[in-house]
Formats: sequence, structure tokens, C-alpha cells
Amino acid sequence: MQRLSNLPDPPNSDEKWKGVQLVMRKHGQSPHALIETLHAVQHAFGYLDRDSLTYVSDALGVPLSKVYGVATFYQYFTLKKPGTHNCVVCTGTACYIKGVPKLVEALKERYGMALDEVSADGSLTLQSACCIGTCGLAPIASVDGEELGRLSAEELLDKLEEVIHGDA
Amino acid sequence: MVTLDHLSDIRRKVSEAEEQRNHRIHVCVAAGCIAAGSRKLLRAFQEEITSRGLNDSCLVKGVGCIGPCAGSPAVAIEPEGIVYCSVKPEDVPEIMDSLAKQPVARLQMSRDLPFFTRQKKIVLENSGRIDPEQIDDYIAAKGYHALYKVISTMSPAEVISEVIKSGLRGRGGAGYPTGLKWTTVAKTGQQQKYVVCNADEGDPGAFMDRSVLESDPHRVLEGMAIAGYAVGANKGYIYIRAEYPLAYERLRKAIKQAEEYTFLGQSIMGTTYGFHVELRLGAGAYVCGEETALIASIEGGRGTPRPRPPYPAERGLFGKSTLINNVETYANISSIIRNGGDWFASIGTQNSKGTKVFALAGNVKNVGLIEVPMGETLREIIYEIGGGMEGQNKLKAVQTGGPTGGCIPESELDTPVDYESLASLGSIMGSGGMVVIDDSVSIVDIARYFMEFSVSESCGKCVPCRVGTTQMHELHAKINRGEGTKRDLELLEELCEVVKHTSLCGLGQSAPNPVLSTLRFFRSEYEAQLTDHEVLAAEGVAK
Amino acid sequence: MTEIQSVQIITLTIDGKPVGASGGETILDVAKQNQVFIPTLCHLEGLIPYGACRLCLVEIKGNNKLVPACITKVAEGMEVITNNERLQRFRRWILELLFTERNHVCSVCVANGFCELQSLAEVLGMDHVRLPYLHPKFVVDATHDRFVSDNNRCILCGRCVRVCSDIEGAHTLDIMGRGIKARIVSDLDDDWGNSPTCTRCSKCVQVCPTGAIKEKGRRSVGEKFKHRDVIAHLAEMREAAREED
Repeated sequence: MQRLSNLPDPPNSDEKWKGVQLVMRKHGQSPHALIETLHAVQHAFGYLDRDSLTYVSDALGVPLSKVYGVATFYQYFTLKKPGTHNCVVCTGTACYIKGVPKLVEALKERYGMALDEVSADGSLTLQSACCIGTCGLAPIASVDGEELGRLSAEELLDKLEEVIHGDA
Repeated sequence: MVTLDHLSDIRRKVSEAEEQRNHRIHVCVAAGCIAAGSRKLLRAFQEEITSRGLNDSCLVKGVGCIGPCAGSPAVAIEPEGIVYCSVKPEDVPEIMDSLAKQPVARLQMSRDLPFFTRQKKIVLENSGRIDPEQIDDYIAAKGYHALYKVISTMSPAEVISEVIKSGLRGRGGAGYPTGLKWTTVAKTGQQQKYVVCNADEGDPGAFMDRSVLESDPHRVLEGMAIAGYAVGANKGYIYIRAEYPLAYERLRKAIKQAEEYTFLGQSIMGTTYGFHVELRLGAGAYVCGEETALIASIEGGRGTPRPRPPYPAERGLFGKSTLINNVETYANISSIIRNGGDWFASIGTQNSKGTKVFALAGNVKNVGLIEVPMGETLREIIYEIGGGMEGQNKLKAVQTGGPTGGCIPESELDTPVDYESLASLGSIMGSGGMVVIDDSVSIVDIARYFMEFSVSESCGKCVPCRVGTTQMHELHAKINRGEGTKRDLELLEELCEVVKHTSLCGLGQSAPNPVLSTLRFFRSEYEAQLTDHEVLAAEGVAK
Repeated sequence: MTEIQSVQIITLTIDGKPVGASGGETILDVAKQNQVFIPTLCHLEGLIPYGACRLCLVEIKGNNKLVPACITKVAEGMEVITNNERLQRFRRWILELLFTERNHVCSVCVANGFCELQSLAEVLGMDHVRLPYLHPKFVVDATHDRFVSDNNRCILCGRCVRVCSDIEGAHTLDIMGRGIKARIVSDLDDDWGNSPTCTRCSKCVQVCPTGAIKEKGRRSVGEKFKHRDVIAHLAEMREAAREED
């Protein structure tokens, strides 16, 4: 299983590739390390672009189509460049019965987009998560990693406006 | 060589350190409470204690889940056993003033409530008591004593016979006897075997495993190491959801600490038994809770299931014999070894032994994590432990077993919670999610929601699950819009039967459960939404 | 490496008729040898069994679950039922689901008359569709100079993926996404015509049960004659070559 060949050169000179290569080496550059490696790439660059997928395919000896099949199978991986800010809405059962559909509707009305889309100006990604396991705080969403529980639509929109316009 | 004295030393040290302090303040640092601001709270306590110069008499530590998640963040004061809910940093001085005096009534949740008194804790015995990031804390709570007992005094066969005696059944949902599973793997003559822990808790509304991993990670590692010894495996994998970063981090630290103490690694406690554990991160696919899909995912591929047999016990991870159990199952093992299989078998019912952890959520007052003996009724769990309904609305249904479980109506609440009774109601035990639904919710819409879930989580490999769940969702949406006819309802029922019996894996086979159970108990709600007006659209013809 | 084993002889019944088999054979193998017809779509001689189409499900006495005949090995004393009212109904349902999933308009399809989905519908009596058609709109990839891939006619049986990776070793094709949105892609969902990995071997064309993968240059509908048995032959030759090594 172990491939002793050296890793090919990464697609560009970004230092972050070192971390990705470390993960691949730790797993002996085995094709089995595909998902762990994709996690490392997404962690480093925020998403999986064509160049990274091609590189991972080459470095682990996994066919391109298989890399693509795996990257698109799992909800966690994204092939599109994410927005500057990110909002994850939990769509688990407890959140659903406690009003998440209202949050989703409000987001759609304000930003004209559904969950799992990026806004046209690239400022915001909306994501869904299927239960993040903090049902005591339902309905819950997180904005740029900060979890906000027992949330109303107004509170969520205010928070988003705050972070988006905080940049300006 | 690690000896019992060694473990006792650590226990003594920890308990001495605790006894020196008059007051111990436990702040819950599980994910729910962290989201509600418990890290800030922990810092506030630390600062307050330092500024008052009480470092010698007061100990503050972060602990795992205390239980009452509806009151996040939660704080416990030991040794008095006072629980405070929804504590804010500005409440800290008041709480500090109250130590050794009257508790702060406005924040207190009485320990005499059934929420605390009716529970029986085995899996959660250390949750809310120990610091999950300190291995010494776990050892002080008799942690790793079972592993020591196993490798110093028991043969693998004796370990398995103890697990068989306990009557423990898989806590992931299906309830397969754990001892039998272990026996099968132990008996395969293969050289290389693996032990896998399924921590891909995907049921929405379920957070038992997350909580166990965040509150007491060593417990799961100890269970796995014992399993490895019993079945003859030297390597274990924990497959954990990417949505649980805190649990991942705590496990990572726990593995490192256990390796330093030689409780994991090449030579466990100086013996010839070696067992390594690695973590594998899931990437968001519910179907990976199915064991063959989970294996495919650990191997780096698409998480699609394959038909069984061959079962993983025979051909599993990397083609080798593999034991797969879920988090809660492993978390029971150390207690069974320490107290004996007979002790465990004395708890619970005839066919469902021990306790079960439930994540109580939805429209119930005491949303939280609870552990009860098998055989408690749903009514006891919801109305006594759960404190009844939140708000003015009445209970309409309780949903057990996650999105592929069933909805149980008020009239059946006296059903005891065990594998067989729940199955007889068309639901399943599942992993332990219990979502209480009040009568403001449309049952057809809830069933539609679950079908939407199954559609988006179907891996797409087999036809009945891929297309069948999509068509079931379409039919629900149609009925919800008020456009459904009697004929649509008939088609829906027939389709349920097809998907249930012909799908490849458990996800597809159980996907119709929410529809079947809501049709069984809430049929009139469906019928009320049908239209009398049969739409005479030309039927499609195979061209 | 092959091990020489004494062949184990097994007796079982298929639809009440006693039959003999060798150990290691599947129910489907034995049924075929005894002229018992079990419908299949994802199965193809020479490819690794997949168990996805669920058409070959059969009943086994004493087992309350249906099992796929293409994968399940025969066992001593097994009583197999391959055909009854319930199984027929399930099979017609599965075909109906497939017909609703994509755009199977036989009259304008190159595979008309040579399509396994179409002929199974005829054989099993699936003569009308009660559920709504889902009508997806996939882009047809006609960039390859020899072949066309049309996901609108695909049933996701995975034969092309398996033949491309396991027999040809190119692994140009795979399945992307999941659930109802899954579809066949080449490489990183690129134009097939620019694929750096495709060997133009045309095996995918031969194994496709419908008109989803076809050869260019056919002038009219209904001309897609295929050589599906070639894969079993290739697999056998490869095995023989391996044994000689």
C-alpha cells in the first residue's frame, strides 16, 4: 500500500500545501487517505478547486473521476469558492419544529438565495447542517463560526448585516 | 509495567487535590453550553476566584455534559450538588457570595426533580463530573481499571463471555447482541482484524454520542481497547462526524494522553497486547452510519453500502475481519467488566438490558441528555424526567429513532422503551433521539420533512431508495398542497412497502417508517387534506 | 495465485424444483444453468456484482428479507423462490420508478429495440406509469469524437464505471453527487472529448443497458446493437493470463 515515491510538486507555491503534504505522508500516500487529504485541502484553502483535485489525484494515485465522485458525494466538501462570510443553519428535527423554516424564508427574502448557495457578490455563503447536536438551543445557526441559539429571524438578519457591513 | 498501585496513586492524588478545596465549581464545556457562552463563564469564575484570593479553597473546572441542555450554560457546585442553569458571567459574583450559604434560588434547578432522581447513569456516570481533557480525572473515576483487569486477569474468551452475560445489545439502533458480534469476529481465523467505533451520529435531534465523546472520551477508548483484546485486533478506528469538531479534538487529546500512559499503543501497560486507535473524519453523509458504507468511507471512497453477506465480521475494513459498534455500546463495556455481566443484566427488561441514553429535544420543557433503565415508559420519560410540554400546546407525537424511525401518538405513551416494543409501534429504538412534537405541527408536513431528509441523504446506489424516496416526497408535497387524491394515498402506501422491502441498506429499508407510522396513527390528518376532485390527467404510458 | 479446491456439491430447490450446484456459485448462476429467468439490469457477466438495481431480488424460505440473486451464494438445502405475485409486483414497481426518473422516450432513442430497460418492461408487463415523470435536464456530452454520453437516459447501473475501472483500467468514468442528483461524469466532470484518461476502448458503449452511452455515426434510432458478452470474454481471458503468470 505504501508508495515510496516522492510527492509531486503542488500546483502553486502557497505554503499551505506543506500541511496538506504532511497529511498525505502521514497516511503513506495511500489512496485510502483521499478523504483525509480533501479535508486538509479544504481546511487550508476553504474549498476544493480543480487544481487541488488534480493534484490530490496525482499525489495519491487516485483516478480523477474517483476524486470527483468522492468530493461531490459528501455534503461537507465544497467545490465553489465560499463567500467572505458564512452562515450555517441547522436543519435538524428539533430546529425544524422550532422554526428553522422561518429563518430560511427570511434569508431567502433578504438575500434571494437558498441554503447551500453563495451570494452573487461573494460576500455570503449560506449552508445547511443536518443537526449540529445542540438541540437545547433550537433553532440554531452559526455566523462565521459563532453559534447563535434560540434565534429569531430578525436576530439572524441583524447579525448578518452586522458582519457583512462590518467589512465596509 | 503499570500496576494497580500506579492507578490507585493517581486516584489518591486527584481526590486529595479535590478534598483540599471546600468548593468545586463545575462549568459544563460540552458543545451546547459552549455555544451558550460557557467558556466566558469559566473564565469569569477563574478571574473571580483569583481576585478574591480563593485559589486554595475553590477549584473551578470545565466538565462534560451536566444534562439540562435547555438551561445552557449549566454549572454545578460540588460537593453540595447544586445545579444552576442559564448562568451569565454577571451572575458569577452572586454565586461566589453564596458558597457555603443559601444557593442562588433564581438560577437553581433542584436536584430533587425527577429529571435528576429518575435517571440511572452508567454511560454518563462521569459526564458533568470529570474534566474530559484530563486523563487523571478519568482514572480517579475508576477509569482504565477495567482494561487493567482484562489484560492482567482475563482471557479474551472470558471477556466475551462477560459481555454475553450482560445481555448488552448494539446501541446504534438495530439492537444486535454485542456479545454475539464479538464472538463472530473473535472466531474468524484471520490474522489482521480491526475494531471500528461508529461515531457518525447522523440522526437529527440526537446528540448522545456527541455528548459522551465530549464529556468522557477515555471511556470510549477503554471500551475499544477491551474489545480489541477480546476479538484479537491490534488497531482501531473511530469514524466521527465533521460536524463535531469539539468531540474530535477531545478524542485526539485523549488518544495522546492514553498513549503516554501506555493505555494505548504498542505494549499496553507493559504487556504484549498492543492496540492503536486512529481518528477518521466523516464528511457529511448520513448513510455512512450504515456499517458497509462507513467502511467504504474510511477506505477513502464514496460512502455507498454494499449488500451483506459477507458481513464486516468476515470481510470488513480493507477486506479484513472487522468489529463495528457504536459509541454508546463501547461506553458500556468498562462498567460491565468492572461490575460484572450479571450486574448489568439485572438492569432493564427481559430482552433489553441496561440503560439507554436519550437526547430529549423538541417541544419539551427539559431538553437535555438523559439516561434511564430500559423499560421506562415514554410517558415517564417525557412527563416526569422531561418535565412535560413546553408552552401551552398539547403533545401530538413523539418521534423516536431519528428520521427513519416513527412518530408515536399520545395514546401509546405508556409503551415501555425497549427494542421490541418500539418496533411493534412501527418505530425503532434507533440511536436515542427523542423529539417531542406538539399539536401546532402538521403531521403530514413532519412526514414530508423526514422524506426530504431521506431524499437528500440517499446515496443513490439502489433504485428503490434513490427514486422511491423522491417520489414519496413528491406525493407528500402534493398532499400538503391540498392536491392529493385518494389514489395518491394508495400509491404512497404501496410505494412504502416497495421501498421497505427492496432497498439495499438499512437507510432505504427504514426510510418509509415515518410515513407508515404517521399513516397508522394520524391517517385522518392525511385524509383531511385530500381533495375529492380526482384530477383526470392522462396517465403516463411507457413509451 | 489459485488454490486447487475440491468442488463442493450443493443441492437446493429453485421454485420447488431440486437442482444441483457447486459451492461458490450465486443463485443467479444456478438459475441460469437451469433455465430459470431472473430479471437483472446492473448485473453483467464479467463485472464485479453490484447489487443496486434490485430486480433480481428473490425470496428464500426462512429468511424474512429478500436477497439479490446476483450476489447471494447458494447454500445446502436452500429453498429459493424466484417468481411469485409479490416479486413480480416489486419488479414492476422498480421499473416504473426507473421510467419516471429520467427521460426514457423509447421512440426517439438509439437503443430502441436493443434496450434492456425497455425489454424488461415488456417481459415483466410494466405497461403504464402512475407516478409523475421527474424530467431532469442533463446536458448531453457529445464532445467525444466517437461516443456520446446522455445522462438523461442513464439508470445508474454502474456498468460503465465498473468496466472502465476494473476491466479497462482507465477509470475515466465515475458517479458524482448522490441520491437523485447522482450522474455519470468523466474525469473532473470535464468534456469527455478532452479526457486525458479515456482510451477510446468503447467498452462502456457495449455494456450500457440503455441509450445513455452510444457510439456516434448511427444514422437513425434503433440501431444500437451491442456486444455485451465481450466483457465476460475479456474477464475470462484476463483471468487466464493471470494464471499463466
